[in-house]
Amino acid sequence: MSHDEPLLAIDGLKTHFFTREGTVRAVDGVSLTVPRGKTVCVVGESGCGKSVTARSVLGLVDEPGRIIDGRIAWQPGAGEPVDLTTLDPKGERMRRIRGGEISMVFQEPMASLSPMYTIGDQLIETIRLHLPLGKEEARDRAVEQLRRVGIPRPEERLDAYSFQLSGGMCQRVMIAIALAADPALLIADEPTTALDVTTQARIIDLLRDLQAETGMSVLFITHDLGVVAEIADEVVVMYLGTVVERGGVDEIFHDPKHPYTNALLGSIPRMGAGAGRRLATIRGNVPHPSDRPAGCPFHPRCDAAIGGVCDVSDPPHIVFGEARSVRCVLHDDGAAVGGDFRVDGERA
Amino acid sequence: MTTMNHDISGASGVEAGADEETATPILDVRGLTVHFPIKKGFLSRTVGHVRAVDGIDLSVRAGETLGIVGESGCGKTTLGRSVARVIEPTAGQIVYRDTAGRNVDLAELNARRLRPYQRQIRVVFQDPFSSLNPRMTLRQIVGEPLRTSGTVTGSELDDRVASMLERVGLSPKYMNRYPHAFSGGERQRVNIARALVLGPRVVIADEPVSALDVSVRAQILNLLRDLQEELKLTYLFVSHDLSVVENICDRVAVMYLGKIVEVAGTADLYAQPRHPYTEALLSAVPRPDPRLRGAGRRIRLADDLPDPANPPPGCYFHTRCPYAVPGVCDVAERAPLLTSSGSGHRVAACVRSDELGLAGVGSEVGGP
Ligand SMILES: Nc1ncnc2c1ncn2[C@@H]1O[C@H](COP(=O)(O)OP(=O)(O)OP(=O)(O)O)[C@@H](O)[C@H]1O
Ligand SMILES: Nc1ncnc2c1ncn2[C@@H]1O[C@H](COP(=O)(O)OP(=O)(O)OP(=O)(O)O)[C@@H](O)[C@H]1O
Ligand code: SF4
Ligand SMILES: [Mg+2]
Ligand SMILES: [Mg+2]
Repeated sequence: MSHDEPLLAIDGLKTHFFTREGTVRAVDGVSLTVPRGKTVCVVGESGCGKSVTARSVLGLVDEPGRIIDGRIAWQPGAGEPVDLTTLDPKGERMRRIRGGEISMVFQEPMASLSPMYTIGDQLIETIRLHLPLGKEEARDRAVEQLRRVGIPRPEERLDAYSFQLSGGMCQRVMIAIALAADPALLIADEPTTALDVTTQARIIDLLRDLQAETGMSVLFITHDLGVVAEIADEVVVMYLGTVVERGGVDEIFHDPKHPYTNALLGSIPRMGAGAGRRLATIRGNVPHPSDRPAGCPFHPRCDAAIGGVCDVSDPPHIVFGEARSVRCVLHDDGAAVGGDFRVDGERA
Repeated sequence: MTTMNHDISGASGVEAGADEETATPILDVRGLTVHFPIKKGFLSRTVGHVRAVDGIDLSVRAGETLGIVGESGCGKTTLGRSVARVIEPTAGQIVYRDTAGRNVDLAELNARRLRPYQRQIRVVFQDPFSSLNPRMTLRQIVGEPLRTSGTVTGSELDDRVASMLERVGLSPKYMNRYPHAFSGGERQRVNIARALVLGPRVVIADEPVSALDVSVRAQILNLLRDLQEELKLTYLFVSHDLSVVENICDRVAVMYLGKIVEVAGTADLYAQPRHPYTEALLSAVPRPDPRLRGAGRRIRLADDLPDPANPPPGCYFHTRCPYAVPGVCDVAERAPLLTSSGSGHRVAACVRSDELGLAGVGSEVGGP
């Protein structure tokens, strides 16, 4: 698989929820790519559409939601890419992709595992669903998988139930299940958010090691910029259902281009910076996606917003390079404004 | 949204550890213990006790922000709530210094005698979504403590509620709205208004920003700072987020399995931890700068926290401690006490504290 085409390319994805109260434009034109063997982090605040984007890839959008536009090109091998939006979510092909070629780990490890079945039952079932193995072979593979994710005494743990394990152990089991069929892409939706920092650090180490070992790609969803800085190769910043900026991890943290990215970085406390520092803030709140502002979705909170422009027309999508782009009029050379705008927070 | 914009940066960063001996505590907690019974079976027989708070000594100085940190289940919430006597302590003293300078042990007061003090020590609860009654308007929610304390009624009550809402950055014109109409950050402002409306001196804030989005979290932290300055408040700030704690606290107490293992001024604790557990916690925090990847000492603890109903002998941390010495750290008779060591005002409960030279957070702060 030495071709340059990205493993996953999402282009102009729109997933809306048609509720009685009105249409929720949860994902409203998301474009991003996941290169082979890389970790791409999707970061953004609650409700910005991170999970719905991920679930759209796997055909797992809940009622009353629907993908209404866009393409999701999936190209695991040398052949032509498949557009996942065209597959029947309940069809045979999608079922093979889901859990086989692409698998997912969720935020609540306890809730994702059934308390009715042992860890072994659940792991072996997934293995046999995707691989042509007999009972004994599947069991051996299950033990091997548990060992791989750092679970001590894996033979004994096969017979344990999820409620007998700590949150960190449950998340390891979930990762073992997700990796059972050697997926090309792992989607991890806030996999460490419910865990203690000490456990989080170990799960992040594990994911990083497993990726290096298998060469899989990871789409990692989080709202924690610290976690992004730890694990990402590339970063996708979302706000209100749109991608406002994409870039390499160093570019996002050290040369942010979008006012939202910039403000977000300014508003987080940085350990080691010392006590008593006032934080820069972003005024107001994130609006609900059913109540989306016209023009740039960020304009009511943006210090650099240009009256008559940002609140009226959709911001242009400025592309700097293959994985580097921003949606903001400030970077549009064709427009009347330009230059190197920066909101300086109180970063030391 | 806050109306005040005076800059107090630096003011609260003053080295708080220096005057350990001289500062008078507003709260002096001695041997505080909270045990929860573990019940089993049909007859609900008590089969053991979770030692959620296991003999804690802690002084809180007037006007400071004291952080309480530690992993989930270590007893932070139970400590905070028992100090406010929302939870009944099993044993111990909670000595509170009142406005007249008298010391009162809150732990031994009955409900009636406790009431005046409960106005002076208030709790802000964690979850801005479930902690507000959905059937009450903001006027009722914020006014309730005033009404039940019986001190204020009628239009004066409305005025007090309105000015309190204004102080936390909410317009009084929302007084008749219900909580569902507000965002997480706004609800947390309501929570804070409710806690402050009786004019307390001590506020116990239990994870007040943990459920909030990044951009809103900074607003609430700054609001808490402004209110502290303006109303001369003392905060007990419970949090599992070490970056937030560094930002807002003057001193920090680190908890492990119901005990405090280290207390120090924030700058000292972060730069030079003296307990291996503090070192491990600090090293696990992901830093928001990719250039710091792999920087600093990397310490990884096993996931398995011992059962708080059945803590290990000796130092409770020895089962996970990378520096534990068998035959020393795991011996019941040698359980380390929280004692001063090294420079005098630093306390840590570790027998090896002086010899280890633990690593803290460097000053390698990145950023564009
Ligand atoms: N089943 C549903 N019906 C209606 N709206 C929905 C549904 N699922 C999601 N939404 C809406 O879509 C928006 C995006 O949700 P999503 O779960 O993707 O956010 P997120 O970025 O993952 O947030 P979080 O960080 O809180 O997990 C939200 O405003 C949410 O309310
Ligand atoms: N009402 C209760 N009955 C029995 N056990 C309890 C009760 N409340 C807390 N505990 C137990 O006491 C211990 C300390 O709990 P506490 O909620 O104080 O921890 P915490 O440090 O606040 O954790 P978190 O970070 O998850 O909020 C835990 O083992 C918990 O299970
Ligand atoms: S498009 Fe306008 S409002 Fe939006 S972020 Fe850029 S400058 Fe601000
Ligand atoms: Mg989500
Ligand atoms: Mg708690």
